[in-house]
Amino acid sequence: MTWLTWRQLRFPVVSVYAALALIGVGLAVSRPVRGGFGDQEFPYLGSLLAVQLLPAVLGVFWGVPMITRELETGTHNLVWNQSVTRSRWLAVKLGVGVPAAMVAAGVLSLVVTWWADPIDSAAALETERSFEPRITPLVFVARGIAPIGYAAFAFVLGIAVAILLRRTVTAMAVTLVVYAAVQLAVPFAVRPHVLPPVEESVTLTARSIAGVQTEESPNGYVPQSLRVLEPAGSWVLANETVDANGAVVRPLPAAVGDCMPAEGTEPPTLADLDRMRECFARLSYLGYRQHLAYQPASRFWPAQWVELAVFLALSALVTWFCFRRLRHLS
Amino acid sequence: MIEFHLDGKSGLSPYQQLVRQVRHALRLGLLSEGDQLPKVKDVVADLAINPNTVLKAYRELEHDGLVAARPGVGTFVTGTLSGTSLAALAPLRQDLRRWLAKARRAGLDEESIEALFLTTFRAAAKEDIA
Amino acid sequence: MTVLRAQGLGKKYKRRWALTGCTLDVPAGHVTGLVGPNGAGKSTLLGLAAGMLEPSSGTIEVCGGVPGSGPAQLAKVGFVAQNTPVYANLTVEEHLRLGARLNPGWDDELAHERIARIGLDPAQAAGKLSGGQRAQLALTLGIAKRPELLLLDEPVASLDPLARREFLQDLMEAVAEHGLSVVMSSHLIADLERVCDHLIVLVDSRIRLTGDVDDLLATHRRLTGPRRDVDTLPADQRVVSVRHTDRQTTVLVRTEAPILDPSWDVGELDLEDLILAYLTNPGVERPNLGVVR
Repeated sequence: MTWLTWRQLRFPVVSVYAALALIGVGLAVSRPVRGGFGDQEFPYLGSLLAVQLLPAVLGVFWGVPMITRELETGTHNLVWNQSVTRSRWLAVKLGVGVPAAMVAAGVLSLVVTWWADPIDSAAALETERSFEPRITPLVFVARGIAPIGYAAFAFVLGIAVAILLRRTVTAMAVTLVVYAAVQLAVPFAVRPHVLPPVEESVTLTARSIAGVQTEESPNGYVPQSLRVLEPAGSWVLANETVDANGAVVRPLPAAVGDCMPAEGTEPPTLADLDRMRECFARLSYLGYRQHLAYQPASRFWPAQWVELAVFLALSALVTWFCFRRLRHLS
Repeated sequence: MIEFHLDGKSGLSPYQQLVRQVRHALRLGLLSEGDQLPKVKDVVADLAINPNTVLKAYRELEHDGLVAARPGVGTFVTGTLSGTSLAALAPLRQDLRRWLAKARRAGLDEESIEALFLTTFRAAAKEDIA
Repeated sequence: MTVLRAQGLGKKYKRRWALTGCTLDVPAGHVTGLVGPNGAGKSTLLGLAAGMLEPSSGTIEVCGGVPGSGPAQLAKVGFVAQNTPVYANLTVEEHLRLGARLNPGWDDELAHERIARIGLDPAQAAGKLSGGQRAQLALTLGIAKRPELLLLDEPVASLDPLARREFLQDLMEAVAEHGLSVVMSSHLIADLERVCDHLIVLVDSRIRLTGDVDDLLATHRRLTGPRRDVDTLPADQRVVSVRHTDRQTTVLVRTEAPILDPSWDVGELDLEDLILAYLTNPGVERPNLGVVR
């Protein structure tokens, strides 16, 4: 059975691994050095996209056809009538396909993680950055070991959808949509619950303020929201001003207007600075504080492990469903 | 050794045809005591017929005392249908020829001759049973 | 010994019953013909027996086990589906390797000998074979697996007359040599007449007739005589079909006893007449003779 499964899967597996080898070589010769990343924009984004897309590609082009091609050509009638149960048939398909997918995604992700390490390290040190830190959702899914879990999940998802829908093209489309939906839902609906963000209450001072957002009104610029300095390399979920009761304040009380440097004076005068200091002191006295919620950079690897575990658990669930449905397949 | 054949238009089931062909061969002296009948496997492979059909035919012949199965060897002819009747065959055929000539002279075509023969033959057979 | 036993077996697709109320005993060591119009449920019955389908009602037992219930059960039953599927990108030789690896009782010598005799090139991709060659390959897999029961869904439909004859010869040889039981569906009654000694007739998702072919032929008679009402027939004569002209009545009856009524001209039936009578008269049970009144 393993022989047959390998015989059927070898072409897609070999082509994907060959493509990965090419990407790997390409990245190896172009690894950025600390200092100037200006010309690395394209490979950075390209490799990011490659790691993000690979699991979906494996689910759609390895997982789905593995089942639908048998059902569409009727060869399931042949193979299910040898002395091998369907469960074994599926188990072998998963046993060959899932590791192959996990290894492919794992290798690509680790190569890309290694390649992008200089950029990621730099991004982790800067607060005002040109590259996103690796814990932010878009980069997180393309680094470390999480893609291994994505690949396993996408592959078994492809199999499950194929078992349900039986048609190659529809199953491919549905697999892609469901996988994308899960990928969108997990960072915002699941990750915060599994790994609650760090919550901080920051005193408002002239030093801690990173920026003010204002809106134009007949009375001049009205401050809408304040932003305090964020910890370097973190994924910030909330950076908002709260009042004494902890409720989010927006727009800010008019008093904040005094805390702003006067327009057109650069650098601010000493009198300005005194005024601002007093203003922030008054705000703090009134109970206004800045609420900060974020995932610190140090959480990257724990979060990766959690992500891997979550997706492997999801894969196990989908696999169980596959075996359950398989009995009723004809 | 004889070779069996099946006639789709005979109106007889395959097993009846096999029995008839053996009896026919015995009667015409094509098979005589000690001769072996084709092996079941060979008949099956040759005619593409069900082995049970061949077995059934051989069993019927055995029951009639015409053949005997030797386990592991084959089925052999033990009885005979020819003997005296073979000698009587020639004059009977002569009579039949004469009768046919007579029927033609009376204006009967082949179809009418066949119908006449068959109806008379069947009626006589029925009377024998009764 | 029973090789296939069904009790009130039924299969429902969405709203339609493809097979219903099927109660059946197929004896071992026989070649059973499965006949019926298209859509009568032949493939469904075979699929249920192979374990490819799950029954919607009733039970089915094949070679003493639930179809498809495990490797041992699967090894006992061979099934060649209607379109004789093979893996297009695998070669003939690779198919034999597949059979060898997936079946504990695989007869490699038989398989290779058969492939050579049919004249299939082992290196040829199965996708390039003709319909007939594909069927031969699928059947080779079925036979070389050495099952106790071989289920064949229209195996000869795509074969030319010569290939059909060779196929049936091989099949019968396997039956003779290995004591294989076979259930095969076919529209070619002439073939069935040669190879089958047991018969199942399916009409409208139901079993219309089943039994030993010789018994069936021995118990069915065609009665021809002056026009009369079939209600006057003895109770032990079950009417299968009736036809009237203005003077004559032709009745097909099933009866164990001899026909004693002298007004009937009694004729025998061949298998084709018998099957056609049941196919064209679904469920006739002593119809009224409306024309006479």
